[in-house]
Amino acid sequence: MKEELGKNMEVKQIGDCLKNYGKGEVLTGAEILLRALELEGVDTIFGYPGGTVLHIYDAIYKCRTIRHILPRHEQGGAHAADGYARSTGRPGVVLATSGPGATNLVTGIATAYMDSVPMIVITGQVSVPAIGRDSFQEADITGITLPITKYGYLVKDVRDLARSIREAFYIATTGRPGPVIIDIPKDVTLAETEFYYPPAYNLPGYKLRPNGIEKELLETVELLNKAKRPVLYAGGGVISSQAEKLLTELAEKLDIPVTCTLMGKGAVPDTHPLSLGMPGMHGTVYANYALTECDLLLAVGVRFDDRVTGNVKTFAANAKKVHIEIDPAEVNKNVAVDLAVLGDAKEILSELLSRTQEQKRPQWLAQIDEWKNQYPLKFGQSDNGALKPQFVISSINKILEDNSIVVADTGQHQMWSAQYIKTTRARGFLTSGGLGAMGYGFPAAIGAQVANPDALVVAVVGDGGFQMNLQELATAANYNLPVKVCLINNGYLGMVRQWQDLFLEKRYSHTDINSGPDFVKLTGAYGIKAMRVQRPEEVLPALEEAKNTKGPVVIDFVVEKEENVFPMVPAGKSIFEILGR
Amino acid sequence: MKHTLAVLVENRPGVLTRIAGLFARRGYNIESLAVGETEDPTVSRMTIVVEGDEKVIEQVTKQLHKLVDVIKLSDISNEENVDRELILIKVNAEPQVRAEIMQIVDIFRARIVDIGRNTLIIEATGDSGKIKAIETSLKPFGIRELVRTGKIAMVRGPKVKNGKNNKSLSF
Repeated sequence: MKEELGKNMEVKQIGDCLKNYGKGEVLTGAEILLRALELEGVDTIFGYPGGTVLHIYDAIYKCRTIRHILPRHEQGGAHAADGYARSTGRPGVVLATSGPGATNLVTGIATAYMDSVPMIVITGQVSVPAIGRDSFQEADITGITLPITKYGYLVKDVRDLARSIREAFYIATTGRPGPVIIDIPKDVTLAETEFYYPPAYNLPGYKLRPNGIEKELLETVELLNKAKRPVLYAGGGVISSQAEKLLTELAEKLDIPVTCTLMGKGAVPDTHPLSLGMPGMHGTVYANYALTECDLLLAVGVRFDDRVTGNVKTFAANAKKVHIEIDPAEVNKNVAVDLAVLGDAKEILSELLSRTQEQKRPQWLAQIDEWKNQYPLKFGQSDNGALKPQFVISSINKILEDNSIVVADTGQHQMWSAQYIKTTRARGFLTSGGLGAMGYGFPAAIGAQVANPDALVVAVVGDGGFQMNLQELATAANYNLPVKVCLINNGYLGMVRQWQDLFLEKRYSHTDINSGPDFVKLTGAYGIKAMRVQRPEEVLPALEEAKNTKGPVVIDFVVEKEENVFPMVPAGKSIFEILGR
Repeated sequence: MKHTLAVLVENRPGVLTRIAGLFARRGYNIESLAVGETEDPTVSRMTIVVEGDEKVIEQVTKQLHKLVDVIKLSDISNEENVDRELILIKVNAEPQVRAEIMQIVDIFRARIVDIGRNTLIIEATGDSGKIKAIETSLKPFGIRELVRTGKIAMVRGPKVKNGKNNKSLSF
């Protein structure tokens, strides 16, 4: 029966399979945890051992169905679980011990929370009688993670464990996904009880919304029919709900240009004629102009982030705004909308598709083409022969395949990746959007590679962020994970330096990190292949070589030091007030 | 404007922290919060008084609703309701002013619940107007200590806000 349970089953089906499952079998808390993870279809845990999870690790030792990946820092494990989840849509599972193990997860959990990534966080806790006594390696991790988790359990009784895990998976993966933490005291992992995995949930406070009410759907259709200059503004919610195909179909049927946010990148292929690229601070000029000039803004699975809207008062000021959204609290949070259609984007878009007629908007699209021609994304050639980071990043496109995954860390290279990497499918581009966590990229790429062993996974990182988690080189070497790391090395904390350059008269306060290390030597110490590239003509051959190498590779691209990301809308300005167009 | 929210929550450890944390983190102001078990021991009811314009209240209610432990939530400010608060006041009461204090207590239909050598503890219940009035009246004698429960409220008539299966406020 275990085999019948899997990741593609509906909640109800799993429930049916589970009736009476395992009744009568007495297991320890640790065994219950592993059994429950198996039943939820988990195939991989990213975890780090420690005192309070000793018995859990003993159960893992005996477990044949779940693969355990050992990162070299719990933060790396959390980001890897996140990369696993984003690249597959299935919940990532991370495990750490109590105290420092748990607190090291915090950045990873916050990253997943901000970007609505389904994640199950399992932490050890000191034994129940020791809780609250400042015991060795005790930290109130459910308390610490309260604002950055969708929900949390401190399981003080082994009889609550199976139910808590079942609920945790349900909460993490349904509605607006997010991380859920399960904190398990050491004595609970050793305590025994009859294993019973409840088929149903008792969560009266957790309700999923119906998908779009008739009246709202009708109004949306009417607005779509009347609109002369509509724009689709698509975000991570489209990808979470697997609505990318329907979104593209709707855009094509109604001839509506689409701007995908950083989180929505790939929802409509970047190569699609209706694609406007990314909106906002470092978005394309034409996306921002289209948002400013549109008469109907159809926002799908977005949260009107300040990096997208700029000054909210002038954001799409002339447009009727319709917000298709699963989380009611996002409606009218930052920008007031005219109409909210609550529910799952996939269901709602499918309704809209079936209720609308084909349309053509030659005038509006001609206007957009004019903007595209007038203000394309552009970067210059350097006069000293130095490498342009944008050139390096656009060259990566030449080695990408249909199932490739690009993971960008946080900083200038992230924005250049968003601008220049041509993502053609959902889940093909991963990055820490909301939290903007430096150090995310490399371990998340490891997680994505674990989940997609046959895909080409490219991590684009800066020399700042890479150093925040480069201990994970050991993980890549350990499991021979063929991640290709493209290090955009400019010797600066580039994005902060850019702000200091533009707004603080070049007072480069503590952003110069040119002191090394020698990344080629360092990578070599881990037994990983490394290359250094300093000239434009070496870029493509190095990328090809990396691609053809079986194991992990780090390419140290030494790029122009003081290149800035443009276009740029300074923080708080209107999105049509663009520098460097 | 002040809004009174009736919030049904799971009666579990940590729920109050979740609610209080939400208010702090999102920058909303709690005027008062009273909580206790309902007729169903697995459910607690909170009465939260929160200050803010329509926009703020919309966000507060939606964010509260998002919490897994919040079963149901209603803004009862615009419904006919009975609201009560309980106050205990320890007031200076030298023998020569006791009669005067007792008169005030009578007027407000309050009660004296403890007599010390030079102090009285007075218990009063009522809506916020009455509670404020009794506090003002006793102030001249010298208030030594004061404690109040925060407002609890219930909608008049047959309408029921408790119960896990009732229809919730929709957005």
